Amino acid sequence: MVAGKNIFELKDFSFYYGDFLAVKSVNLGIEARKITAIIGPSGCGKSTLLRSLNRMNDLILTSRVEGEVLFHGVDIYRKDTDVIELRKRVGMVFQKPNPFPSSVYENVCYGPRIRGIKKKSQLDEIVENALVRADLWKEVKDKLHESGMSLSGGQMQRLCIARSLAQEPEVLLFDEPTSALDPISTANIENLLQELRKTITIVIVTHNMQQAARISDYTAFMYLGELIEFGETDTIFVNPYNKLTEEYITGRFG
Amino acid sequence: MTETFRDARAPIDALRKRGRNLTESFFLSLIRLLGSVGALILFAILFFVAYNGIHILSWEFITQPPLDAMTKGGIFPVIVGTVLLTMLCMIVVMPIGVTTAIFLSEYAKPGLLLKIVMMSIYTLAGVPSVVFGLFGLAVFVVTLNFGMSLLAGSLTLAIMVLPYIISTSEEALKAVPYSFKEASLACGATKWQTIRKVILPTALPGILTGAILGTAKVSGETAPIMFTAAAFFTTGLPRSVFEPVMALPYHIYVLATAGTHIEETRPIQYGTALTLIVLVLGMNLLGIILRSRQRKKRAW
Repeated sequence: MVAGKNIFELKDFSFYYGDFLAVKSVNLGIEARKITAIIGPSGCGKSTLLRSLNRMNDLILTSRVEGEVLFHGVDIYRKDTDVIELRKRVGMVFQKPNPFPSSVYENVCYGPRIRGIKKKSQLDEIVENALVRADLWKEVKDKLHESGMSLSGGQMQRLCIARSLAQEPEVLLFDEPTSALDPISTANIENLLQELRKTITIVIVTHNMQQAARISDYTAFMYLGELIEFGETDTIFVNPYNKLTEEYITGRFG
Repeated sequence: MTETFRDARAPIDALRKRGRNLTESFFLSLIRLLGSVGALILFAILFFVAYNGIHILSWEFITQPPLDAMTKGGIFPVIVGTVLLTMLCMIVVMPIGVTTAIFLSEYAKPGLLLKIVMMSIYTLAGVPSVVFGLFGLAVFVVTLNFGMSLLAGSLTLAIMVLPYIISTSEEALKAVPYSFKEASLACGATKWQTIRKVILPTALPGILTGAILGTAKVSGETAPIMFTAAAFFTTGLPRSVFEPVMALPYHIYVLATAGTHIEETRPIQYGTALTLIVLVLGMNLLGIILRSRQRKKRAW
C-alpha cells in the first residue's frame, strides 16, 4: 500500500483501560475513499480501536494511549489537538440508532447549528443534502418536523448517518451499524455505504463477516487486542495468511 | 406410561398449590389492608378539614383581608404571602440546584470532593425544618440584617428545599441516555454544548416535576418561616422583599394557638387549612400528571 494514500496511519498504537491493555501496539494504515472493515471476536479491541480514531475514548476517565494515530500525518493524540474539529472531520455512527428526541430536521442540523449556522435557507439546504446522501430524503421529506424517534430502526440509523453527513466529514466510523437492524434495513445501509465510499473514507467494525466480505475493500482481523492480519478483503477471505484468521473467518471460533 | 405418571403426581400437586395459594392470598389481603389504611387516613384528614372548612370558603374569603382582629374577613394577604415566599424561594433555588446537579452528574470526578458534597446534601435533606428556621434567623434576619422579611424567609426555604431540588434534578440528568451524549460529542459538540442542547432539554420535564413537588413542599412549611418571615398580622400586602408577610401555615398556627379569639376563629382556621391543602394537593397532582405524561412520551 502506498503511504501517501493513507488518511489514517496508526504507529505502535496501544490503548489501556486502567491497567488493562485493550489494543496492543497496532500498526495500520487506512486508505482514503475506501471501506476498511475491522473484524474479530467480542472483546478483541476492535471497537476500542475504532473509537480511538476520533478520540471518543476520551470519555473514559482511566484510559491511556501509547504510540501515534496520524490523521493526515498529524498525531491526533498531541496535546494541542482540537478534538472538536477532529470529531467534525471524523464522524461516527453507533451500533444502536441514537437520534436525539427532536424532529428529523433538528437532528440533521444539530452539527451545523452548534457551529453557528443560523440562516434558515442554508440549514434547509444542508438538511436536504444530508438526507439525500443518506438515502432517506424520499421517505421523510413530508415529515421533517416529526420526531426522529418515530421512524423505523433502519430509517433512524440512516437519520444518524445523515446527521453525521451534515458536517461534511472526511471519514465516517461505523461501530456495528447494522447489528440492531433487520436484513432489509441492513441491505439498505450496505448499499448506502457503497455509495458514500465515492466521497468519504469509511471504517466499519462488524461482527458479520459476510458483511465485511461484501462491502469492504480492506479487512483488519483483530484478536485479543492484537492486529493479526490486514490486507485486501479478497485476499483475507480467500487466502488468509494467518492460521487464526482462517479459523475465525471459517467460523471455527469467535 | 404418561397416564400412570400423571395419576401418581396429581394429588400432591394439587395439595402444594393450595398451600401456596393460602399464604399468597393471606399476604395479599394484608398488603391490601395496610395500603388502604394509608389511603383511609389521608381521606379522613381531607374529609375532616373539608367538612369543617368548606362552608367558610367563598370568593370574599380568598379576596379580602382579615377584619376585626382576624375574627372576620378573608385571608387574601395570607395567600399572597405564601405565593410570594414560594415563588421567590424557587427563583433562588432552581438555578443553584440545577447547576449543582449538572456539576454532580456531568463534571464531578469520583473522589473525596464528590463524596463530601454528596454526604453534605444527604445530611442537609435530613435536617429538621425548625433547624433551618433557626439558621435563617441567625444568618439572614440577624447577621445579614434582612430582618423578619419575605427575603429572609424565601432564602431559608430555599436552603431547606435545595437538597431535594439537587437530587431530583440529578436523577433527571442521569436518566438521559448515554447514547445521546455520545451522539452529540461525535458531532463535534463541546461538553457544554452537549449539556445545553441535548442533556438539559431532555431532562427538563423531570427537573420541572421536581420543581413543582418542591414548590408544594415549600408552601406548606411553617417552622422555617416562623422566625424569618411570617407576620402575625400585616396591614395590606408587602411593598418590598424586606417586609414580613403573612403565610398560610403560620396563619393557621397563630389563629389556633396565639390569638385571643381562638374559638371564634375556628371556621377561619379550617378554611385556611383547606386552602393550603387544596394548594399543595393541586401542585402535587400537577407534578404527578407531568411525570406520568413524560414517562409515557419517553421513547428511549
